[in-house]
Amino acid sequence: MAPEALFYVFGAVAVIASLAVIGQRNPIYSVLLLIASFGALSGLYVLLDAPFVAVIQIIVYAGAIMVLFLFVVMLLNAPHEDTDYDERVHPLLRPGPMRFGAALAVALLAELGWALTRGETGDFGTASVPSVAAIGRALFTDYAFAFEVTSVLILVAMVGAVVLARRDAPGGR
Amino acid sequence: MAPLADYLILSGVLFSIGAAGVFVRRNLITILLSIEIMLNAVNLTFVAFGRALGAVDGQIIVFFVMTVAAAEAAVGLAIVISLFRHRESLNPDTFTNLKW
Amino acid sequence: MTPLLFGQIVLTLFVFVALLSSAAVMVYMERKVAAMLQQRLGPYLVGPKGLLQPFADVIKLMFKEELRPLAADPFLFALAPIISACAAFAAFAVVPFGAETTIFGWIPEGLRLQVADVNVAVLVIFAIASMSVYGIVLAGWSSNSKYSLLGGLRSSAQMISYELSYGLALASVLLVANSLSLTDIVNHQAGTWLGFIPKWFVVVQPVGFLIYMTAGIAETNRAPFDFPEAEQELVAGYHTEYSSMSFAMFFLAEYINMVTVSAVATDLFLGGWHGPFLPASLGWIWFLAKVGAILFFYIWMRWTLPRYRYDQLMRFGWKVLLPLAVINLLVTAAGVLYLGA
Repeated sequence: MAPEALFYVFGAVAVIASLAVIGQRNPIYSVLLLIASFGALSGLYVLLDAPFVAVIQIIVYAGAIMVLFLFVVMLLNAPHEDTDYDERVHPLLRPGPMRFGAALAVALLAELGWALTRGETGDFGTASVPSVAAIGRALFTDYAFAFEVTSVLILVAMVGAVVLARRDAPGGR
Repeated sequence: MAPLADYLILSGVLFSIGAAGVFVRRNLITILLSIEIMLNAVNLTFVAFGRALGAVDGQIIVFFVMTVAAAEAAVGLAIVISLFRHRESLNPDTFTNLKW
Repeated sequence: MTPLLFGQIVLTLFVFVALLSSAAVMVYMERKVAAMLQQRLGPYLVGPKGLLQPFADVIKLMFKEELRPLAADPFLFALAPIISACAAFAAFAVVPFGAETTIFGWIPEGLRLQVADVNVAVLVIFAIASMSVYGIVLAGWSSNSKYSLLGGLRSSAQMISYELSYGLALASVLLVANSLSLTDIVNHQAGTWLGFIPKWFVVVQPVGFLIYMTAGIAETNRAPFDFPEAEQELVAGYHTEYSSMSFAMFFLAEYINMVTVSAVATDLFLGGWHGPFLPASLGWIWFLAKVGAILFFYIWMRWTLPRYRYDQLMRFGWKVLLPLAVINLLVTAAGVLYLGA
């Protein structure tokens, strides 16, 4: 019940799910595990007193972007990576990943050790928690230009995606 | 509530996992998924700092990051579909020639 | 264990059981109303006036053999109905169905008749509606059969297309009500104008109500938008390969989604639990009446209107309903700005 315990639960789910995402062979399972990871992150946002962001995360990421990924995986239906390497060896255990992964793991552990020696940043203060109305107000006043540009960006992405994924008409464009 | 450092460490771990996925996996879709993991880790950092400073800007930037991630995922997947149609493979190592 | 906590636990269990029973009641009502519309009798053998028919259906479904196609992915095949059913139940968790009640003074703080009182309730409903797409698309994919796959993909494409109009209709109500919390939105609708016109949002937002109901019917894959599970065209769409309790889960999820859409429509547009003659603590009776009316409307639609063909359905969703929803939002925004809500 304590928010501390919940943080560790959600954090563990997010990390384990993300590890499984990069470790899975079958892309459909990767997508579903990533959805689980997003759910855990949404829980973390609720713990950080950001319910709006939490719900938007579910709506946009888990509910829309991942559906898109799932559709594309189903459309392409290519469940296995075909590489020059031996198919029976798991993707993460092949020589390239092993060497690179070992180097990355050492770097990460060194960084974590360094970060932990920096001293505690302490608990969150009793700073005011912004309400959804405050988010809306700031979005449409201070960040209005970014908002408008984002809407153009989405339009461009929509048109671009449709054009890029279109089959060429028979007999050339 | 867990201290800010814990959230940042979690975010760092998630980012590293995403980065590892991008470098190590040889499947275009898994690479795109790993990029999404990285973006989420960044979002977590923004929200954590936003809460620590009592500012609403953290959440607003997350809003924009999500929107950009959606746009990027859409276009990225369209490119993946288009590539797959030509080479019947999702392995980025097969796309080594500039000539089509 | 304070009385409030105990009351909340009991309320949660009560809502769960009530949703299950509502699915059973819906099964019976659907067949009886369909019979009435088609001028025949409907179920009348099992129990007086056929009232025990849902029990017979449930017993039949429980005793059927649980099949799984050999080529189906076992994990996903088992997961899909679970996702559908869980999302259906979870969506109702934030819907309030009555005013705060003290149950004859036993709970002094007042028990809210809402399982989880979040102040972003409207968005939570929308979020869980997005999650229910996964149950369908995974069911279609994991069955490894062409009817299922086509049905699943079509159904999920339909759902995500109509989610846009659904969200925009919700947004228009939010502009008028100035709050994301369903309890606040209902409380905005108390009282009357001129003594007899209730201050329901359907009066202020008639087009929004129509858009919401249309999008809601499309979201729950009910006629006239039920092409993906049409018997004549696709065998049974995404749940072709399911039998026994897994099929019952999909069935249950569909009916509970209908109840949730009706309940949210009642809260957003029809004034929730506010009504003329009863005191506020008995408002849930009005709520039930209104939800019942909308469910009757649902069944009526199914057995009256012919089914839309899939391309007509998608064209309608994108080229008619979405622009209409956007224009509704713009007009609402202009109205709120110039008339001061």
